Amino acid sequence: MSNRTIRILKVLVFLAALVPVAGIIWQFQTNNLGADPVNTLTHETGNWTVYMLLASLAVTPFRRLSPKLAWLIRFRRMLGLWAFFWATLHFLTYVLLFSGFDLPGAFTALRAGDLHTIVADWKAVWPTMVEDIQKRRFIQVGMLAYVILLALAVTSPQWMLRKMGGKSWQTLHRTVYGAAVLGIIHYWWLVKKGNHAPMKDTVVLAVLLLARPATKWLQEWLAERRKLAAA
Amino acid sequence: MLIGKAPEFKSSDITPREKFLNRRNLIFGGLAAAGTAYEWHKKMPPLYTPSVEASSKLNTVPGKFPPVSDAITPAGKATSYNNFYEFGTDKGDPKANAGKLRVRPWTIKIEGLCNNPKTVDIDALLKFKPLEDRTYRFRCVEAWSMIIPWVGYPLAELIKFADPKPQAKFVEFTSLADRSQMELPGGFDWPYKEGLRMDEAMHPLALLTFGSYGQTLENQQGAPVRVIVPWKYGFKSAKSIVKIRFTDKQPETTWNDMASNEYGFYSNVNPTHNHPRWSQAHERRIDTSVFPKTIATLPFNGYGNEVASLYNGMDLNRYF
Repeated sequence: MSNRTIRILKVLVFLAALVPVAGIIWQFQTNNLGADPVNTLTHETGNWTVYMLLASLAVTPFRRLSPKLAWLIRFRRMLGLWAFFWATLHFLTYVLLFSGFDLPGAFTALRAGDLHTIVADWKAVWPTMVEDIQKRRFIQVGMLAYVILLALAVTSPQWMLRKMGGKSWQTLHRTVYGAAVLGIIHYWWLVKKGNHAPMKDTVVLAVLLLARPATKWLQEWLAERRKLAAA
Repeated sequence: MLIGKAPEFKSSDITPREKFLNRRNLIFGGLAAAGTAYEWHKKMPPLYTPSVEASSKLNTVPGKFPPVSDAITPAGKATSYNNFYEFGTDKGDPKANAGKLRVRPWTIKIEGLCNNPKTVDIDALLKFKPLEDRTYRFRCVEAWSMIIPWVGYPLAELIKFADPKPQAKFVEFTSLADRSQMELPGGFDWPYKEGLRMDEAMHPLALLTFGSYGQTLENQQGAPVRVIVPWKYGFKSAKSIVKIRFTDKQPETTWNDMASNEYGFYSNVNPTHNHPRWSQAHERRIDTSVFPKTIATLPFNGYGNEVASLYNGMDLNRYF
């Protein structure tokens, strides 16, 4: 596949990834985020983090299916950064809305130049978040997953790879598996027992993780056969 | 040739839906009337009258309890954001799937340790006592809340009618579990069961609820009849009740069975006793604003003056 085609495809993939962003903005504008928009936003941003993470993790197994698909690797960073984008929104939803922080009130206060109210409101919700981080394991694993994604996003540019050296860069970026697993655990730990909503994501992640040893084994087996045929 | 064969009856022969329904009502009405006329020797109106259709207006009298001062949650929000796991675990599922629920004919079986065990018809129950408007705070265990104007009369009235025996200490509620009308997702031991201590069930705030916003309950809210226990988390307020049983032992209840460390039998709203996975100190108040405001959760959901005495001397962190 030519560089030109890939560049065009990249633009198209980027635009496609913008669709859910536009969807949420549209829902917000038309007041269609449901009875509890804070809950909806938290869930949607969390869902899309997982979807994008799964998409980025799907690149390698698909690529291994055929040498003709090697170009897929050129989309992996973008998908990973989209996962980080959604994770950031998810994190901000938690900090600025779910925490109880009065975001609309803060905007009003900001316009009135009343920083005092904002600080006071922040001080009121801060202890709840500290308690969450100290006590609640689903928050802890979620935070840890976000820290991993943050580190991967920061080290994602080409010049960072060169600076770090391929080996250590790759080691660091393998922690993406940890982030994905933690993300899924985060999901299971937050839903009520009996709610199997995280099952689909879990199955997809399991397939993508198992596909790695499977494709590797397949490649070895094929190489062995070729060797035998040649002999 | 089979295809294209003319139907054996003309479309004009088909009984109009209204007539069919009327005929069915006549049959059921007749049967029910015979049954109830035979059984009924107490105060309840003797005839099954198919007067109340789904989502129709209810005649109400003002409730004895003053309405809360907070803004009432718009009906559209209260009827589109529900936990009713029989219809699916997502909060949009009940509205999407509860259309299949048939709320007539409907009976409630009263049984167990009482002197007047009966199967009562929903329409008789509706007319048993004047329906009151009661606007209550509704606090979900998931840390969101609404203000909902319910319609009903005290649960105590039905309990008095059932005339529990002295050894009856608890009331158990069983919800409908019918696979032909509900999804009934796996992982649960259906039917849904809830329970109250007798003094809780007899408390004047505990409401046998038939409607909201002046209308009959929407299916996704637990039509045609449910309880509302406003000082407890929402899951304690059983929906679509088909059976009320009096017992001397604390009944097993669905969520308590699922995760006893997370959902206690009492489950009184308590800002100082956190759910293991989230804080109960605050709640998102779903009202007219676009983004729900987070407000402090009140002990007993703000009904402490009325109900705190029920729990005198009890360690509410142990009996959460």
